[in-house]
Amino acid sequence: MASRSPIDMQDETEAFREEVRQFVAQNFPEELKNTGSAMSAVEGPDEETPAQQSWREAMGQRGWGVPTWPREYGGGGLTRKQVAILNEELAKAGAYNPIGGMGVMMFGPTLLEYGSEEQKKEHIPPIARGEIRWCQGYSEPNAGSDLANLQTTAVDKGDHYLVNGQKTWTSGGQWADKCFCLVRTDRSDKHKGISFLLIDMDAPGVEVRPIQMISGMSPFCETFFTDVEVPKENLVGEEGQGWTIGKRLLQHERTNLSGGGSMARMMGASLSDIARKYVGTDAEGHIADPVLRDRIADFEIRWSAFLLTGRRAAEESKAQGGVSEISSVLKKVGTKLGQEKAELTIEIMGLQGLGWEGEGFSEAELAGVRAWLFGKATTIYGGSTEIQNNIIAKRVLGMLDHQ
Amino acid sequence: MAVLSEEQEMLRDMARDWTTNESPVAEWRKVRAGGEAQAYDPAAYATMAEMGWTGVVVPEEHGGSDFGWLSAGLVIEELGKTLTASPLASSIVAASAIMLGGSEEQKAKWLPQLAAGEVVGALAVDEGPRHDPAAIEAQVTGGKLTGTKAFVHEAHGADLFVVAAQDGLYLVEKGEGVILSDRKLTDQRSHAAIAFDGAAAVRLAGGGDDLLDQVLDRARIVTACEMLGMAQQVFDTTLDYLKQRVQFNQVLATFQALQHRMADLFADLALMRSAVEGGLQALDSGFGVPRAATVAKAEANRVLHLISREGIQLHGGMGMTDEYDVGLYLKRARVLEASFGNTAYCRNRFASLGGY
Repeated sequence: MASRSPIDMQDETEAFREEVRQFVAQNFPEELKNTGSAMSAVEGPDEETPAQQSWREAMGQRGWGVPTWPREYGGGGLTRKQVAILNEELAKAGAYNPIGGMGVMMFGPTLLEYGSEEQKKEHIPPIARGEIRWCQGYSEPNAGSDLANLQTTAVDKGDHYLVNGQKTWTSGGQWADKCFCLVRTDRSDKHKGISFLLIDMDAPGVEVRPIQMISGMSPFCETFFTDVEVPKENLVGEEGQGWTIGKRLLQHERTNLSGGGSMARMMGASLSDIARKYVGTDAEGHIADPVLRDRIADFEIRWSAFLLTGRRAAEESKAQGGVSEISSVLKKVGTKLGQEKAELTIEIMGLQGLGWEGEGFSEAELAGVRAWLFGKATTIYGGSTEIQNNIIAKRVLGMLDHQ
Repeated sequence: MAVLSEEQEMLRDMARDWTTNESPVAEWRKVRAGGEAQAYDPAAYATMAEMGWTGVVVPEEHGGSDFGWLSAGLVIEELGKTLTASPLASSIVAASAIMLGGSEEQKAKWLPQLAAGEVVGALAVDEGPRHDPAAIEAQVTGGKLTGTKAFVHEAHGADLFVVAAQDGLYLVEKGEGVILSDRKLTDQRSHAAIAFDGAAAVRLAGGGDDLLDQVLDRARIVTACEMLGMAQQVFDTTLDYLKQRVQFNQVLATFQALQHRMADLFADLALMRSAVEGGLQALDSGFGVPRAATVAKAEANRVLHLISREGIQLHGGMGMTDEYDVGLYLKRARVLEASFGNTAYCRNRFASLGGY
């Protein structure tokens, strides 16, 4: 391969930047400036505005919603450097990536690794265009942290599997088109009896019931499968390979749940700003309650160290060409800090910060309460903190299995 | 661990080889048994100088290698792992004060000697047991310094003191008008009260009004580096111990209650390392140093405190014995936590820097 001079590379970089600028100028609707986030657009109820739809389609056509995925499956095929430029230019324009959700964050990367050519051609392009929503059929009433205990069965009926059982905590199940599911194809082996199956949510025999949560929201569902016929070609990998594939997918989930950047964006206003507003300041401009000021600083210092850790994990992983061992702490630390911040936020506001509904509360105050409650899920889902501790102790620290 | 250049990896490996083979904790025990007030082995310091460690942050034109703060931090971390007693960190901070605030003449006079390890420097700021750079009473009149400094690190071996007075930082050579009194702390390293009684003092006139803060931030960060090495070592030693110690016919490492505590400490140690390396990288880039230094020292305080306590508890009764090393780390830990800003100080400074 002919080597390129630094000047050539500089030119290519600038050319790409110009291409992005022109694309954004031509396609990003002014009314969406500084509004969007990928999560809500894809995982919430179906109420896309025409402007949102046109932006999603424009980005989807380029494959820039999944910029690093291969072009042949509808991805952007961009280099890391180009992705950085894309993100910079989107941010500068107040634009956002409208394509996200579980298909992008979890299922897509896993299918690209384990799926057959036919499966990739069928499923990846609609994810890249943001047209199809996926949900996750993992947990069951008796298979939470002990996920491998799952009992939903898929029985071989020649040209199809017959699926029976119940899944729970199906995020966004009521809005999803398809479900990637762990099912039991063999009762004789706990782990090797699990397979990875793709199920249409509108297939006969699939029933979805939203679960009302303490936050008042229903982001999770129970999903029931009663004699659901699933074509054989929807098996990913081989029969019995489900546990391996399913765990790989969870790695993608944890990476996304703990990503310092997205977490920071979800965290909202700074605690010191909230305290200034609700508690006031003294003559020196310090938060009037010195104990609270000290606790906020304590939190902010640890939060800074967490953000630095996220950055370091990314740099180390890149340099080593593998996953850095400190990546294993990001999920547990990030979610714990997120909960601490939510608790501090409502505490600073006093009873004004515990409003449930109605008059006398701002939108931010009401949203804060719901976020605080919903946030309790973060240390439970995606591998609870206790499971993360087991993983760190056994895989990273080499502490032996409990006998 | 931050991503290192090839030279930095070589430097780190060299430091690790040397501390492991030539300066294990047993060497500190020998120094301690010797009972010398300076509490380090001058021959070991001479070896460090030969390996170039004393000049790591000093510019090449003044006899250093200009290798940067991250490089200095790697070495100091390794020294912290084996409790290697030396005035290296202290002398590097003193050199940095001259780099920041010294005239060309002062730089030309002192930096080559500090870089060569021929002169040992020490920083004398606080006048009481708690770090409080806003409460300096030492004064210089007509080039003569009068005042007292409390608990000066590495005072006994120092030839040159960087001293905070009311109107700025001064260089004072040991000798007439510089009177040391031993202050034996629990870590049994070199600490002294110093009475300056009309000692000849030369001002570091450059560096701006916040020169003292800049120097203290460097002291905070290199101190945090030593603490990082200590925390890493206590963690590793404790983990090894749990994997060997058998009770109830099982090695302790199989107990989930202990596994989860170690997982928590591992996570905290990761945060501490990120914070400390963030401080070093801020010094090398020159950007955001006050905040990064505050985060580094605060996290070093918090995490080393926790790990040194847990280290004792998880070693059980053996952790209480002088024969085991873990107690030595505990004692040094508290001294460093209290130096250049304890946790309360760091939180207050962090809030003030953040405008709240």
